[in-house]
Amino acid sequence: MPTFVYMTSCDGCGHCVDICPSDIMHIDSTYRRAVNIEPNFCWECYSCVKACPQNAIDVRGYADFAPLGHSVRVLREEAKGTVSWKIKFRNGEEKNFESPIRTTPWGSIKGPAEYDAPGAEEFKSEELAHEPDALNIEGGLPVLSADRLKQGII
Amino acid sequence: MGLFSKRKTVRVDADILVIGGGMAGCGATYESRFWGRDLKVVCVEKANIERSGAVAQGLYAINCYMGMQWGENQPEDFVRYASNDLMGLVREDLAYDIGRHVDSAVHKFEEWGLPIMRDPETGRYQREGKWQIMIHGESYKPIVAEAARKAATEVYNRIMVTHLLMDKRDRNRVAGAVGFNVRTGDFYVFKAKAVIVAAGGASHIFKPRSVGEGMGRTWYAPWSSASAYGLPIEVGAKMTQMENRIVLTRFKDGYGPVGAYFLHLKTHTQNAYGEEYESKWYDDTKKLVGDYVDRTPVPTCLRNHALLREVANGGGPIRMVTKEAFQDPHKETVGWENFLGMTIGQAVVWASQNIDPKHTNPELTTSEPYVMGSHATCSGAWASGPEDYAPPEYRWGYNRMMTVNGLFGAGDASGGTPHKFSSGSFTEGRIAGKAAVNYMNDMGEESQIDEADISRIEAEVFQPLDNYAVGRNEIVAGTVSPSYILPIHALQRLEKLMDEYCGGISANYMTNEPLLDRGLELMDMLKEDADHIGAEDLHQLQRTWEFKHRLLASESVMHHTLYRQETRWPGYYYRGDHMNLNDEDWHCFTLSRYDAETGKWAMEKAPVYHIVD
Ligand SMILES: Cc1cc2nc3c(=O)[nH]c(=O)nc-3n(C[C@H](O)[C@H](O)[C@H](O)COP(=O)(O)OP(=O)(O)OC[C@H]3O[C@@H](n4cnc5c(N)ncnc54)[C@H](O)[C@@H]3O)c2cc1C
Ligand code: SF4
Ligand code: SF4
Repeated sequence: MPTFVYMTSCDGCGHCVDICPSDIMHIDSTYRRAVNIEPNFCWECYSCVKACPQNAIDVRGYADFAPLGHSVRVLREEAKGTVSWKIKFRNGEEKNFESPIRTTPWGSIKGPAEYDAPGAEEFKSEELAHEPDALNIEGGLPVLSADRLKQGII
Repeated sequence: MGLFSKRKTVRVDADILVIGGGMAGCGATYESRFWGRDLKVVCVEKANIERSGAVAQGLYAINCYMGMQWGENQPEDFVRYASNDLMGLVREDLAYDIGRHVDSAVHKFEEWGLPIMRDPETGRYQREGKWQIMIHGESYKPIVAEAARKAATEVYNRIMVTHLLMDKRDRNRVAGAVGFNVRTGDFYVFKAKAVIVAAGGASHIFKPRSVGEGMGRTWYAPWSSASAYGLPIEVGAKMTQMENRIVLTRFKDGYGPVGAYFLHLKTHTQNAYGEEYESKWYDDTKKLVGDYVDRTPVPTCLRNHALLREVANGGGPIRMVTKEAFQDPHKETVGWENFLGMTIGQAVVWASQNIDPKHTNPELTTSEPYVMGSHATCSGAWASGPEDYAPPEYRWGYNRMMTVNGLFGAGDASGGTPHKFSSGSFTEGRIAGKAAVNYMNDMGEESQIDEADISRIEAEVFQPLDNYAVGRNEIVAGTVSPSYILPIHALQRLEKLMDEYCGGISANYMTNEPLLDRGLELMDMLKEDADHIGAEDLHQLQRTWEFKHRLLASESVMHHTLYRQETRWPGYYYRGDHMNLNDEDWHCFTLSRYDAETGKWAMEKAPVYHIVD
């Protein structure tokens, strides 16, 4: 089934519907809760699982090659800046992992228009925004002279 | 039509329109704003840019980083590497351009908050391999999306773009795009002065190994729907290297990546009997490709070739030897986090089958072929090169402009530049963004959309809903109708056809001229049937248009494969009637141009330029 939703946990908030890149999390019109309408187009990307405030979504590996009895659970904590995983094997063995997800506060990125506007002459140069500074090298943007491009086989 | 008669048309006037908010699209949006302070920059995305595209679940490595600040690599080294890996056929002008800019993009990612691992001894970024650096990339996409949102005037999520619009007076100039909102069904008409296509690559062109519930567990995302090819092909943009599909050696069933295993964990492969097998196939490979087999690193396709030969010879399954490496707890953690960071499905497979790589050496397999332009492959649009050095055959306009005026491409959309990966795709988006602003500033008279085109296309876009509504009344229930097929039926017919006639898994990646000719006959009938797809709802309407983009891309793959009479990339596919690499006749790019009016394809060759010292 790839992802599925627990009836008693889902409150129909729609976060999963909003995030699923495959557009397969929909709100069921009878139960008013989320359902994966097209399991064979699920990538097991866990975007919906991470986004669900009720932890109502889980994954049961693809039926055509994944035996039952396993679980891979995730907890993504934006405020803490971490993602944690619990892997349970069919034979009961467990493994846990935790990684950082971001080093700066959410929303803190400086937009491109907050930098000084480029001068007229910079438009025709090959440099992109923040270059050459952001390359962290001396001597500016590397250049290639046109005569170094030759037709043939090498 | 009852249900959709309330459909609204929404008109959006943009200066720069970015189609697809994945890695390349976010880069394009960011850069367009930097150079175009007063412009209306609009990004339109079929999903939600927060988690869309191939990086939706995150990544564990950035696979394209020069490290010029530490003297690790120069752009020339990158060009040589990429060209070597693609058996000599790379747009080296474009690749150099990626190499010289990519580091500044990666430095920005770090500044924005992406955790990049550091080597504790040197303080430099932790290398996974010569080109790869390791990251904790669970939030790679949300971080990059935040930058794009800050840059865009507007981001439109959940709009499936179906067609490009052409200028009323100049049919080789772009004027915008149309699509529909997959939630409301509203029809969107975007007018734009410049359009950047950044709609990603293509999965589900060839039949995947798993065709049941697991058919979505493709290596490239199931939502990589070939729109980056379908959109420009339809309006006559020239495409290149469409025959250069890629086959991936991956962990079995989950298609978990092997890069970190080979490069960082230093694991190796062996056959079923514990033997090293690659060297066994050296002579066999040399007969096909000559000295290319002696290049280092060995080109990706040739390593596939050795694996395929070994399996055909009865030596399978091929396994990754992990047992020793995984005794080291650090390596064990890296091995698992590598999957949790970018292919969680592989962890699910291993947990379900009790595969702990500490105790079991896991099986590898070769995937079905994919069409994309940013990995060890470079299908995509034929694009104009950098203004400062591109040779005349590669330069007709602005950097990354396709052969259609005002239409730009980046990431998987842009051909001839492999090994861009996430960072290079973002960088190429930036290059296209700046060039699009320059194009716009120089263009003079504005492009004009043609209202007649819009009404014709609108009818075409929504026709599948009518097909279903009408046809459905004929039958009691179920999915079998004499007058329509469902999008999934069409897709599965396409996949079977490509698989059997164009070198997919069931044909052991083998094809030839008679097979391709027959495949094209069947494809013509599928093209006719595509007008009879029935879509039950808006979600299925999205699937219909994804299919149509895949179909056009597949047709292009067929024609390119037919045209190139050699086997350039054994291990990706074989032309059984021309089994050898033939540099004399085919050291060139193949280009195609589709004429939507006649349905005909025109093929030609273009020269390859190499950077020499
Ligand atoms: C499993 C896996 C592992 C990978 N590992 C690495 C790695 O370790 N390091 C690395 O650097 N790279 C890696 N990559 C490659 C990297 O993800 C790609 O190179 C990169 O994402 C390509 O960028 P893009 O913008 O061209 O495509 P994408 O990022 O896929 O973006 C395309 C966007 O277009 C949208 N779109 C498509 N069609 C339409 C339409 N019709 N209308 C509107 N929007 C549309 C999509 O929803 C998507 O948002 C990996 C990829 C995969 C799948
Ligand atoms: S795992 Fe990914 S593809 Fe599957 S339903 Fe959730 S968000 Fe969609
Ligand atoms: S996000 Fe969770 S609670 Fe909200 S609709 Fe989806 S499954 Fe239900």
